[in-house]
Amino acid sequence: MKSIGIILAGGNNNRIGRLSDKRAIAALPVAGSYRAIDFTLSNMSNSRVSKVAVLPQFNARSLNEHLSSSKWWDFGRKQGGLYVFTPTVTKNNNSWYQGTADALYQNIDFLKKSHEPYVIIATGDGVYKMDYGKVLEAHIAKNADITVVYTTLKDTDDDLTRFGVLKLDENERIVEFEEKPLVASSNNVSIGVYVIRRRHLIEILERCAREDRHDFVQDVLVRYRNVRKIYGYKLDTYWRNIATVDSYFKTNMDFLKKDVRDYFFKQYPDVYSKVDDLPPAKYNTGAEVKNSIISSGCIVNGKVENSIIFKDVYIGNNCTIKNSIILNDVYIGDDSYIENCIVESRDTLRPGTNYVGTDDEVKIVIEKNVRYIL
Amino acid sequence: MIKKEMIAMLLAGGQGSRLGVLTSKLAKPAVAFGGKYKIIDFPLSNCINSGIDTVGVLTQYQPLRLNQHIGIGIPWDLDRNIGGVSILPPYEKSQNTDWYTGTANAIYQNMEFMEYYHPDYVIILGGDHIYKMDYELMLEFHKKNNAQITLATYEVPWEDASRFGLVITDENNQILEFEEKPANPRSNKASMGIYIFNWEVLKEALETLSEQPGCDFGMHVIPYCHQRGDKIMAYNYQGYWKDVGTLSAYWEANMELIDIIPEFNLYEEFWRIYTKTDVIPPQYFSADSKVNACIVGDGTEVYGEISNSVIGAGVVIEEGAVVTNSIIMNNTVIKKGAKIEKSIIAESVEVGENAELGVFEEAENKYKPKVYSGGLVTIGEGSVIPANVKIGKNVAIVGKTTAEDYPDGILASGESIIR
Repeated sequence: MKSIGIILAGGNNNRIGRLSDKRAIAALPVAGSYRAIDFTLSNMSNSRVSKVAVLPQFNARSLNEHLSSSKWWDFGRKQGGLYVFTPTVTKNNNSWYQGTADALYQNIDFLKKSHEPYVIIATGDGVYKMDYGKVLEAHIAKNADITVVYTTLKDTDDDLTRFGVLKLDENERIVEFEEKPLVASSNNVSIGVYVIRRRHLIEILERCAREDRHDFVQDVLVRYRNVRKIYGYKLDTYWRNIATVDSYFKTNMDFLKKDVRDYFFKQYPDVYSKVDDLPPAKYNTGAEVKNSIISSGCIVNGKVENSIIFKDVYIGNNCTIKNSIILNDVYIGDDSYIENCIVESRDTLRPGTNYVGTDDEVKIVIEKNVRYIL
Repeated sequence: MIKKEMIAMLLAGGQGSRLGVLTSKLAKPAVAFGGKYKIIDFPLSNCINSGIDTVGVLTQYQPLRLNQHIGIGIPWDLDRNIGGVSILPPYEKSQNTDWYTGTANAIYQNMEFMEYYHPDYVIILGGDHIYKMDYELMLEFHKKNNAQITLATYEVPWEDASRFGLVITDENNQILEFEEKPANPRSNKASMGIYIFNWEVLKEALETLSEQPGCDFGMHVIPYCHQRGDKIMAYNYQGYWKDVGTLSAYWEANMELIDIIPEFNLYEEFWRIYTKTDVIPPQYFSADSKVNACIVGDGTEVYGEISNSVIGAGVVIEEGAVVTNSIIMNNTVIKKGAKIEKSIIAESVEVGENAELGVFEEAENKYKPKVYSGGLVTIGEGSVIPANVKIGKNVAIVGKTTAEDYPDGILASGESIIR
């Protein structure tokens, strides 16, 4: 393959709220059976990028656990592999990754030791399918210095001002790039996927480091947009970012739509994830499931409606779960009522628990009860 | 030097003809079970959970599915540098090439495989039972008793005992006599077909009996060892053990999983059953779906109604379809308005719109009355059932059928279509 992959999975965001208390955003469970980073990892694997480095920083334990083996995404090859580079203290450096460019710079040896001519940089919090090979083709055809993948969002899809907003000329060259603007001047947002020649990246990173600049977007894309040929490449299929509570909730709920499910679950290529060896889901008498996603290992005794139930969840008798997301390994005692909530993984809800959020603001439920052995 | 204390030899070559059309394209151990598993997952998971990391799987009849399923053993953690899982089909030799003619003959033909690991003990397993068993406990029992051979036994109900191969033991569980399906049983301890042999004993017996046609453990090897005075112990296993060798037993074992707290529980953390997972996405239930007492596999979409059924992975139950008391295996599609009652439908079948399965009065199957009984409808892998047909009980269908195969749109009870 012509390129190596780097997944920036280090960022945190206070708009994801307490859901990032115990995990990096890239490790957030999505669509019942997956973690956010599975989408990007599967894209890499399906684009035949066989050497991929993940750069986590914030709360990496859960992510590292998920990445404990590379076999799920078919990376464990003699040529290539899946590397996880958490920040380390060295003789020359004793700080955390101070930004995306710094995270790349601190792993510049990985770039220097590779022989592939191109680098594909991506984030770990996007839900989409993409053949990066196509981006690379366009990058080469245009003789670009950097290619930035963007998509066009409707105002109702997400809050545009939390993204990098771009304007392009008729040749798709980026003429304006504003990171997290106060007011979005266009509906084209960067999805955080960049293609760049490896030697060029090394040169830019070394220069940034000399100038004490640390952010890839501000200090490279925005700063160089007039002097370097930075092109856009449009992704016109489904793409969502899950880094806020609102978008996380909406993206999960999107999977209740048949076209979204068919696109991700049935069309080539597949999205891969770590296999948990759970038994199939079980529905006892009294279960009632309407317009919902249920994952393996669940035992359902109550009523579930318009909800996403992740793996290994127990729902007791006479419960009602409505418009909610129940994350992995939650136990919900009998007679509970949950509406418009996200229930944090491994929670134990005692019988008769009531939690109700609103349509505008979903409630994040975090309970620390001890689970009784049944 | 390469050395393993105990290795397992898993006999997976049989057709399992009593499962009828379910095994027309695959060996019995590769038949699906419980919405996610294949029968061979149980002995394979038992091996790794018991600390046995070297398993030879002997294949012969229709091995493709089995080979694909087992691969290099990743799902069971049997991908090892030394040992792991090896698939052992019959092979051509410089002289006396032969198929596996019997259980013991199959093991005999793989003598070199076993010798490579210098085992102290060899455990012989079958691939046709659903159970969780710690073979390590059996080995401890074997060692403690200084046995040459230990045979696992299971106490069956006295009224059924005459259907089994039985052992008669003394008070220390040493076996005194064997009885094969006796009219008047004197014991209810049935042999489970699981044997631990001291390596030297096994090797000597197999070499001595190498000329025996159709050499079989139960019929030849064990009697031979018994006769020459080897100490043979009975290890009485007391957990769940279910033979799924007939369609009725197979159907019942699946249905038992649906109970609120099933006797055989797949949901315990302890002693997980591993399998190759091909389908990762979760399952979906539409706003109009109904579900009652079911087990459902990953990636399945339910728009109709399912009750008392075991549904595999990647299945689609369309609007208005009703599935009751049935087993539906992976990637099968039940079209709109179809009614399925007490059926076993294998992988990748398409049941047409408004087709009805399992209707009419029961009648004995004309083709193989002993195989297709219990009122079940059995549909083989890859079959197509056209729209609007009515199909009776004790029926077997395999192949892509069209409306012409159903005069007046009916296939009466007891009929079969085998393609």
